Amino acid sequence: MTSAIVREDEPALIAAAKAGDARAFEEIVSRYEGKIFRLAQNITRNTEDAEDAMQEAFLKSYAHLQEFQGDSRFYTWLVRIAVNEALMRLRKRRPNQVSLDEPVETEDDLMPREVQDWGPSPDKQYAQTELRNILSEAAEKLDPLLAVVFFLRDLEELSTEETAEALGISISAVKSRLLRARLKLRERLDRHFGQGAPN
Amino acid sequence: MNCDGVIRELSNFLDGELDPAVQRELERHLGDCGECALIVDQTKKTVQIFCDSEPVELPAEVRSRLREALRRKMGPSSA
Repeated sequence: MTSAIVREDEPALIAAAKAGDARAFEEIVSRYEGKIFRLAQNITRNTEDAEDAMQEAFLKSYAHLQEFQGDSRFYTWLVRIAVNEALMRLRKRRPNQVSLDEPVETEDDLMPREVQDWGPSPDKQYAQTELRNILSEAAEKLDPLLAVVFFLRDLEELSTEETAEALGISISAVKSRLLRARLKLRERLDRHFGQGAPN
Repeated sequence: MNCDGVIRELSNFLDGELDPAVQRELERHLGDCGECALIVDQTKKTVQIFCDSEPVELPAEVRSRLREALRRKMGPSSA
């Protein structure tokens, strides 16, 4: 599945920005700034670092715009720059943090240990703010290498191939990380939803 | 297909990327195994709940600092 975020006028905007039209580049930025900020937050788990990473990603994409050949989507190209910026900041804060191509793929502990009945609409049992806190907490505890794949595939709806290209990892790594991310998030939500409605 | 096989193929199943024969096998297992059926259903709901959640807006001051940095980079002719 391919995301619907590309608008028809994007190639023309990029061509204009390449020709030096600053307003065209600002329009591109306004389309993607929210997504890139959330992506960076997903990786860094730190608002200041996320802002820095986002800013640097846009500045670098502007500086290297002539190198963008248009053979992939601009967003995929931008994501790759932003992911590298975010990971660089994450490694500074957590020196032992892994690199993108570190093998996190293991098949030995996939079987869920906790499975409780959630009822028909578990999310509807919570107020918006409370649910948002539950989701944020679950996402924050996820390994950033898994979180970024979940973000790109399930929330941004990039295809497996686009995600692999944006992250510079193999298709099988994308699939394996997505499976692990989904299972881990389910397990985290199970701790809330499996207890029935909140009091 | 056993429970391990279902978990391994869960993402492909949710994404509709399974070979039809494997899909039938998996669905047969789900008909017999309540626990796997719950896991599959809850994993699907997990993705849906995250997709339905309202994304946090980009804070206005963050947007404003980004625009300022871009203007500095692009020069005085930019908006």
